[in-house]
Amino acid sequence: MSSYEARFKVWRGDVGGGGLEDFAVEVNDGEVVLDIIHRLQATQAPDLAVRWNCKAGKCGSCSAEINGRPRLMCMTRMSVFDREETITVTPLRAFPVVRDLVTDVGFNYTKAREVPAFVPPSGLGPGEYRMMQEDVDRSQEFRKCIECFLCQDTCHVVRDHEENKQAFAGPRFLMRVAELDMHPLDAAAESGLDRRATAQDEHGLGYCNITKCCTEVCPEGIKITDNALIPLKERAVDRKYDPLVWLGSKIRRRSASG
Amino acid sequence: MSVVDRQEWDVVVVGAGGAGLRAAIEARERGARTAVICKSLFGKAHTVMAEGGIAAAMANVNEHDNWQVHFRDTMRGGKFLNQWRMSELHAQEAPDRVWELETWGALFDRTKDGRISQRNFGGHEYPRLAHVGDRTGLELIRTLQQKIVSLQQQDFKETGDHESRLKVFQECTVTRVLKDGNRVSGVFAYDRETGRFFVLEAPAVVIATGGIGKSFKVTSNSWEYTGDGHALALLAGAPLLNMEFVQFHPTGMVWPPSVKGILVTESVRGDGGVLRNSEGKRFMFDYVPDVFKEKYAESEEEGDRWYDDPDNNRRPPELLPRDEVARAINSEVKAGRGSPHGGVFLDVSTRMPAEVIKRRLPSMYHQFKELADVDITAEAMEVGPTCHYVMGGIAVESDTAAARGVPGLFAAGEVAGGMHGSNRLGGNSLSDLLVFGRRAGWHAAEYAAALAFERPEVDDAQIDTASAEALRPFSAESPDEAAPENPYTLHQELQQTMNDLVGIIRREGEMAHALEKLAELRVRARRAGVEGHRQFNPGWHLALDLRNMLLVSECVARAALERTESRGGHTREDHPTMERVWRNINLLCRLADPTGGLAATDPERGQISLTRETTDPIRPDLLALFDKEELVKYLAEEELYE
Amino acid sequence: MATGTEPHLNSGGVRTGTRAAITAPHLRTDRWWLAPAATAAGLLAFIVYSTWRAFANADYYAAPYVSPFYSPCLAENCEPMKNGPNWEIFGSWWSISPAVLILIFPLGFRLTCYYYRKAYYRGFWASPPACAVAEPHKKYTGETRFPLILQNIHRYFFYAAIPVAGILTYDTVLAFRDEHYEWGHMGLGTLVFLVNIVLIWAYTISCHSCRHIVGGKLKHFSKHPVRYRMWQWVGRLNARHMLLAWTSLVSVALADFYVYLVASGAFDDPRLF
Repeated sequence: MSSYEARFKVWRGDVGGGGLEDFAVEVNDGEVVLDIIHRLQATQAPDLAVRWNCKAGKCGSCSAEINGRPRLMCMTRMSVFDREETITVTPLRAFPVVRDLVTDVGFNYTKAREVPAFVPPSGLGPGEYRMMQEDVDRSQEFRKCIECFLCQDTCHVVRDHEENKQAFAGPRFLMRVAELDMHPLDAAAESGLDRRATAQDEHGLGYCNITKCCTEVCPEGIKITDNALIPLKERAVDRKYDPLVWLGSKIRRRSASG
Repeated sequence: MSVVDRQEWDVVVVGAGGAGLRAAIEARERGARTAVICKSLFGKAHTVMAEGGIAAAMANVNEHDNWQVHFRDTMRGGKFLNQWRMSELHAQEAPDRVWELETWGALFDRTKDGRISQRNFGGHEYPRLAHVGDRTGLELIRTLQQKIVSLQQQDFKETGDHESRLKVFQECTVTRVLKDGNRVSGVFAYDRETGRFFVLEAPAVVIATGGIGKSFKVTSNSWEYTGDGHALALLAGAPLLNMEFVQFHPTGMVWPPSVKGILVTESVRGDGGVLRNSEGKRFMFDYVPDVFKEKYAESEEEGDRWYDDPDNNRRPPELLPRDEVARAINSEVKAGRGSPHGGVFLDVSTRMPAEVIKRRLPSMYHQFKELADVDITAEAMEVGPTCHYVMGGIAVESDTAAARGVPGLFAAGEVAGGMHGSNRLGGNSLSDLLVFGRRAGWHAAEYAAALAFERPEVDDAQIDTASAEALRPFSAESPDEAAPENPYTLHQELQQTMNDLVGIIRREGEMAHALEKLAELRVRARRAGVEGHRQFNPGWHLALDLRNMLLVSECVARAALERTESRGGHTREDHPTMERVWRNINLLCRLADPTGGLAATDPERGQISLTRETTDPIRPDLLALFDKEELVKYLAEEELYE
Repeated sequence: MATGTEPHLNSGGVRTGTRAAITAPHLRTDRWWLAPAATAAGLLAFIVYSTWRAFANADYYAAPYVSPFYSPCLAENCEPMKNGPNWEIFGSWWSISPAVLILIFPLGFRLTCYYYRKAYYRGFWASPPACAVAEPHKKYTGETRFPLILQNIHRYFFYAAIPVAGILTYDTVLAFRDEHYEWGHMGLGTLVFLVNIVLIWAYTISCHSCRHIVGGKLKHFSKHPVRYRMWQWVGRLNARHMLLAWTSLVSVALADFYVYLVASGAFDDPRLF
């Protein structure tokens, strides 16, 4: 096993200010960035704040920006860097900083509340649900999401424009809308909720310019743009911009009521 | 000094994993204003790490399955030490709890006819685990999280406030359960982000904090697993049950060192993976214990046929309960037949096509690729035992999940003891969370409602003591001018001690030594000091968690020393056989000196006192589910003829 | 402790007051600018070339080959092509290049294409230039208002792109004639046309709108097995949409350029049989 000394720059500070602090720290075979941050805590900076949990890429807690790229610290192996390279670790830059590498991700929880929940179909009790695998595949892909919020962090709509946070749910929660809209038994429509229209009207789907950074940073490899956002845009078009569909639904509604 | 913020709630749930969230949902739906407190962000709980599935006898894949069979499997897995009433409730109610999740939006993998698919797992007679690939825990936590959000949306519609009836206090730690006389009156907690203290006043507190794995060096558990709930209950006067039973999952990663212990799901074996030693031998065939001889295949051919034709063949011994497999791996490594990094080989690459592996075990594929640079579709994994789960926990009433001896205290999930006996079957933990999470929430809400007009009072003096205790690390003094102790160092020493001396194979001398070492660490932990201030200070958080880990570790060591037999998750080299006389003996840990006086520094006395308790006899109709020949192996004669 | 302990002045984006005080617009150390620069250069090259060719109004027909830029040719001023795709819908009043009439459709299809949108938003508009690299714009409203809200009409361009691709297929069939309109021959140009039409179709079919229309809009695949199969099939192509967007862009330019070379007499179409 070989070990070496790596140079790190870690952002330290809080909402009142801060900056990059230099560290020299030992690195061993097979380690990930989070191991190094832990070593810093144990040996040089006991109060270095960092959020982490499972250390296996399953919980999505240790999101940070490493050399300027949003990543999970527990899934970034040290072997991807040159030994000579100085590795810069900063907190997520789209959210307010709390302390050191910890940010306030409350934005995401607020947005989560704004997406109406799954509407169970009436007339089907527990145990009576029947769904085919091919019908749940699409939503299952989106449910792989570990809510690391890297997509929310990298999305320029809010990263570069604080003022858009009000109107834009972000890739994670637009994907949640897509997930529910594709759920084979979601009865939102029957309850008078049109998820396709609200995607645009209430969750800011139109802000997305499909530049795919969300897909690029997703540690779960979910094809957020191609499989969730674009299909959702197409579904919104069905509702709002397709005259044939619009006419068809008008006629059907009339004949149904007539 | 008590200027801390106070809020009134009906039920406070400590922990936001599967059990905590399920309890919160139930309490809120039964009308209790409910607060949930968790150390991590909402939705990050350790439950997300569960991979394999939720065991529930829905009989979707094999029609012969029913709750009786599930109950039998659970009792066998736990070597008949289980609180049988809990195992019974668990087996009966698990299917309803799974189906309920679907009505909240969960999407399990499906059978051909559109029902919930179920997979094989160690110790389960039929395919029984509802699953979503190998990320079932994530699905469970997300579903419960989203159900909570949906309840909050309802409340918003009615009251204009999302958090009027159900609120999650995320990234907060509870350090004390407060009491009024012998009844619970609330909790004392601090906000990790700001370091501010606050008190939630509530007549009912549900503890659902999970396990204790972070006291061990090699563990599949996350940092949160510091035994907080166990310690809170002890400190509040409730006993812990059978703490000597710690499950070592047979397959954790062994290399590279930084990921040592991370779980490799049992589904790898359930779906066809096999264990081999360095000689290429499928060694598990040599390790089938007598009590399981009739249930497991004797040849590789038979074992292999079982995957396609389970009705006419017996299952391969790779699917023995976890304790058996973990011990077998341990023996192989000790005998010098281990893999290069001190494990054994777990191979799926020669058993399934690459495409199937990637589809059925996507996160395992990902995990090995990313963390170890191993392509599991092309080569074998190296695996070894890792501390995974504690069967012991807070002693509770089976039906109500109420902690014994402390009115108003409830416990569910891993932190509660009894359900799994001496060894838990894979898949039974997620169903346990749901079944007993619901029961705890239900009875906590009822209990709180009954006290609506005579709520227990929170005592200011207790708040002051709790704040002083929490602030101590900032003013750590040392008698001889020495620097304060580094909490990280103490933690590492504790983990090493437990791993080496109270690990998978135990010996009397080592455990006695461990108790001495723990006493020494306790003394040093009093001097654990931290730098900086209270705002998101991990050093401080760890210093406070050390109290809990030390308490719980002592319980494990003391109970393990006392139980002179080997059973399930407790293996004594000096007492290698299972003794029928121990079958109905429970060991209860209680705080020896509730004032936390000097006795705690004496290794002989310590902080914990042990008592033995004989359990209630198993109800005859449940006993009748087993063959006499089988029962003879477990039960003492007088138990049989009652 | 740390250096540079100044909170941000509230200058927006990653320098918003409450965020970690880091002044650099990004901290990426890799060559993040390479991809947008290459994209911009590639698109720009095509724009320059196609503008020249579209307005040149010359050298677009060399029997039996018609440049894809001028097909179908819909004005009176088109060069006559025997059985070719020229229909005089527009009379003599149309005096500029007939290419302009038809290029609107493929251009609109590509302009509103989900891949090209990404490419030019990043490459030309720097919105964003690359992931986690701050964009230079003060305000951003995305595709929520005019004119970019019009991107939503992509599917109509997709509908239009199908007959256009059909006509180019017809042109490719006609390319199995020789310069005297005799059937059963093939030149190098035929091969160029064949490759081009395959790529054009692959690009058209792999469109996200197409994927939606054939099956993506369904809630229950299990009730529509045929459309499900089609959706899967389009999905596989769709995963390569970027690749097809570029290769078909190059191939259409090459096909045009080949016609230009032959028509202008700079090159003689080698006959294969």
